[in-house]
Amino acid sequence: MSRLIIDLIARATWETTVMVACSGVLAVLGGLPLALLMVAMRRDGLMPCPPAARLLGLVVDILRAIPFIILLVILIPVTRMIVGTSLGTAAAIVPLSLAAIPYFARIAEVSLRAVDPNLVDAVRIMGGTRWMIVRHVLIPEALPGLVAGFTVTLITLTGASAMAGAVGAGGLGDLAIRYGYQRFNTQVMSLVVVVLIVFVAIIQAAGNALSNHLRHD
Amino acid sequence: MDVNVVDVRHVSRRFGGHVALDDVSFSVARGEILGVIGRSGAGKSSLLRCLGALDRPDAGQILIEGQDITTLPQAQLVSLRRRIGFVFQHFNLLGSRTVAGNISLPLEIAGVPRAQRPQRIAALLALVGLSEQGDKWPAQLSGGQKQRVGIARALANDPALLLCDEATSALDPETTTAILDLLAEINRELGLTIILITHEMDVIRRIATHLVVLDQGRIVENAPTLAIMGAATQSTVTQALLSETQPQVPPALRARLVAEPAPDGWAIIRIRLAGEAAWQPLLSQLGQQYGVEATVLQGGTTEIAGQPFADQIVSVTGYCAEIHDFLTQFDPSLKVLGHVPADH
Repeated sequence: MSRLIIDLIARATWETTVMVACSGVLAVLGGLPLALLMVAMRRDGLMPCPPAARLLGLVVDILRAIPFIILLVILIPVTRMIVGTSLGTAAAIVPLSLAAIPYFARIAEVSLRAVDPNLVDAVRIMGGTRWMIVRHVLIPEALPGLVAGFTVTLITLTGASAMAGAVGAGGLGDLAIRYGYQRFNTQVMSLVVVVLIVFVAIIQAAGNALSNHLRHD
Repeated sequence: MDVNVVDVRHVSRRFGGHVALDDVSFSVARGEILGVIGRSGAGKSSLLRCLGALDRPDAGQILIEGQDITTLPQAQLVSLRRRIGFVFQHFNLLGSRTVAGNISLPLEIAGVPRAQRPQRIAALLALVGLSEQGDKWPAQLSGGQKQRVGIARALANDPALLLCDEATSALDPETTTAILDLLAEINRELGLTIILITHEMDVIRRIATHLVVLDQGRIVENAPTLAIMGAATQSTVTQALLSETQPQVPPALRARLVAEPAPDGWAIIRIRLAGEAAWQPLLSQLGQQYGVEATVLQGGTTEIAGQPFADQIVSVTGYCAEIHDFLTQFDPSLKVLGHVPADH
């Protein structure tokens, strides 16, 4: 195997890692508060406001309904505003995050809703404020589920990042399309696929291990 | 000076057309153990939610240590709730925290400095007999141990009042006894006022000094436990609740009961004795004095709220007016349930 191909794959792996990691972090930073809001504003939540909860849910679903490739193009002006350019790895992080935030929000919402409401009542009755309930009950109790959901989000991001090649973001998926699909270089494509499989398997294994470590039942 | 820890005055709560609490009034003095009993839907949960300030009554006042919690603003409610310890039926321990971590939570909420917490937690663990279990996770504990953690957690901030919501309903009989003993011990040693909400009369019998019976949102009995158990007449609800723990005429015998005394037959009576009389060998006294035979068919002598109390179904031969008069000196509410004719 040529040195060139190895360099290409190493660079692409690094680009994918950066894109997935950065947009993953942003997905949690944006998605978790959204999920908490959606749960808290439910009729039986910490600050009930069902109309707002429904509106928020609708916005989240609209974002999730837009195909990623379309989102990528629609967001070009926004990306240019934030990053300064609409091309490259850094530029891809903007649409990737915006797709991942509502995705993770919905997944996190499920985990947060699964927390026993009696625990929330127990801490309310102890004199816990809303913030204490979020910090000491909702997040820690939902944590194994949140970690599992985050793992799924990272893997979905890995898949989506292949399309980010369309804006010159690079990464493994982009490499596979350009060399494998467009230039019929089966060797590179197979290698990339193997790397992707390992990449995804490592994320899933790490996620499972962490989630199990946090689960105490 | 108001010595009552809790004063509930004319509290009503409605949910739509359904009346959950209807003009409920009672008070609990410091150091008392009040049992609140009722069938499901009698208003126990509504009362509990009002006492814990999770819900506001539509009318009436609830005073905890003289403070009306129905009018307190949210911010003050938060600090008031820290004066009430809650023990839950399903323990409600956080699975994400260790035993010590669970007990630490109310301390953290109340703003106890980090450095002071370990000492307090160790003392609480010792109090509930779990000194060695601080580092375990709740999932590793048995039901009884979980409830001990629940009690330790409820006591963390030295509450003025301990509210137990069906605290033993999810436990097996042996564990129930151990938990009730622990609650009685805490009551004795810390002088803590306790309200027990339950549907199990047995729980009340064992440790409650006072009893409130709820039915359809109204209070039908409110008196010392012993007085209610020994009363000549009880409301039908109370009777129904009591019947599960009271001695009954064995069914085979009940079929043979007749209303009129029969020659050579026995009388079946129900006798209830409270206080010292319950310990006395009344039946052998009866035998010696009147030359009759008497034996206990069902029931026995137990303690209710620390007082001896006998509730027995007794069969007596040669039952006559003198014997009846002799026995009614001790139990004015004595009932002749019927007579069993001799076998021919």
